[in-house]
Amino acid sequence: MKTEAPRTAAVEFDGTFLRLGRRDVLRGVSFHVSSGETAVILGRSGAGKSSALRLVNRLLEPTAGTVRVGGRPTTEWEPIALRRRTGYVIQRIGLFPHRTVAANVALVPRLLGWERERQERRTAELLELVGLPPAEYAGRYPAELSGGQQQRVGVARALAADPPILLADEPFGALDPITRRELQVEFRRLATQLGKAVLFVTHDVREARRLGDRIILLAEGKVAFAGSPAEFGESRHPAVVAFRPEDEL
Amino acid sequence: MNFLDYLIANRADVLAKTVEHLFLVGTSVGIAVFIGIPTGILLTRREALRKPIIGFVNVIQTIPSLAIFGFLIPVPLIGGIGARTAIVALSAYALLPIVRNTYEGIRGIDPAVRESGVAMGMTDAQLLREVEFPLALGVIVGGVRLATVIGIGIATIAAAIGAGGLGVFIFQGISMVNNQVILAGAIPAALLALTADAGLGLLERRYSRWRRA
Repeated sequence: MKTEAPRTAAVEFDGTFLRLGRRDVLRGVSFHVSSGETAVILGRSGAGKSSALRLVNRLLEPTAGTVRVGGRPTTEWEPIALRRRTGYVIQRIGLFPHRTVAANVALVPRLLGWERERQERRTAELLELVGLPPAEYAGRYPAELSGGQQQRVGVARALAADPPILLADEPFGALDPITRRELQVEFRRLATQLGKAVLFVTHDVREARRLGDRIILLAEGKVAFAGSPAEFGESRHPAVVAFRPEDEL
Repeated sequence: MNFLDYLIANRADVLAKTVEHLFLVGTSVGIAVFIGIPTGILLTRREALRKPIIGFVNVIQTIPSLAIFGFLIPVPLIGGIGARTAIVALSAYALLPIVRNTYEGIRGIDPAVRESGVAMGMTDAQLLREVEFPLALGVIVGGVRLATVIGIGIATIAAAIGAGGLGVFIFQGISMVNNQVILAGAIPAALLALTADAGLGLLERRYSRWRRA
């Protein structure tokens, strides 16, 4: 199952170990994600999915082994520069409540010192892209939006500076099923259209199969399965089977 | 002679003492803000310092104010008789609510907001200036408000070490067993406290506006 990472691998885990406190969260994890590909990291609560994401933008550092971004170990990246080219969407959204929608979206472009006019153009473009007409939404505050709309802003914020990598940590987990489904469809469309390397964490098998070009199943700190959603459906690996019945019910 | 007559007869003196009083409180709260806000911010960055420093400012708070004024009189440079000593003591008293509210205000911010800021590539200084400080400002102003109101009360005792202020009337009144004189100090002090409370309360709400947005 071990394949050589192609040169275009945007993100590459290579024998990555992660110890947090007294817990071995990741115990030798290897996989890679290429540009234009959505890899869904699937696993039960506490399987180390979120920690894996946080290794990519260097909110965490591996205890052993390497995580490479654009071919370079994250530990050699300047963390600020790395994070500004890595989009990050989390379940609890984390918009700045004292800033307007537009200001939230423009955060990274502003940090990067883009000219104001370019920031505004980009913000309008992104709000349009995530289905929030700027004329109506740009000047609102996060608290004036529904949960689904807030997460749309979260996605727009993550994409603002056109980062080559997008990390999503159960971004739709807190939304009602209908909104969630809606955002999944749009997320899939965006991911295909924008050609980014996407790492999407979820514990929801259906979501994984819907969104992933590839599914990476983490169990007990290791990659228990890596393959296409179709392969996932056929695998007899016990860890996969343990995950699947839920889906068949 | 009733209280109002006394007040009118001595209006120049009452006004002068009120100005002194405001000066004592304003200066000491200003100093406490200047020291307390950076200290509170430091505590959010160096968690290990929290217990010793909060403990220390807490202990200051437990010392009876009259005793603190007394203790400071023989201390060189900051001590002696007069306003300077009083300002030192009042500043020390004002520290606790300001340090604590700064710390709690920043710590109370939704961790997801902070995490987003960090993950988007904000430096610590940017996070502090653009996210943590603005979001904590309402709570911080709440601390300043509390410090001010308490300070206006405690400053009346500073008259005991010759610092002036409205306490002068109170001590005079006590020694003369004259309630009119006591009230000439107490009522303006109470009005000052109420005004400061209302004014700073307005500011506090203004900076907490994002909560209701």
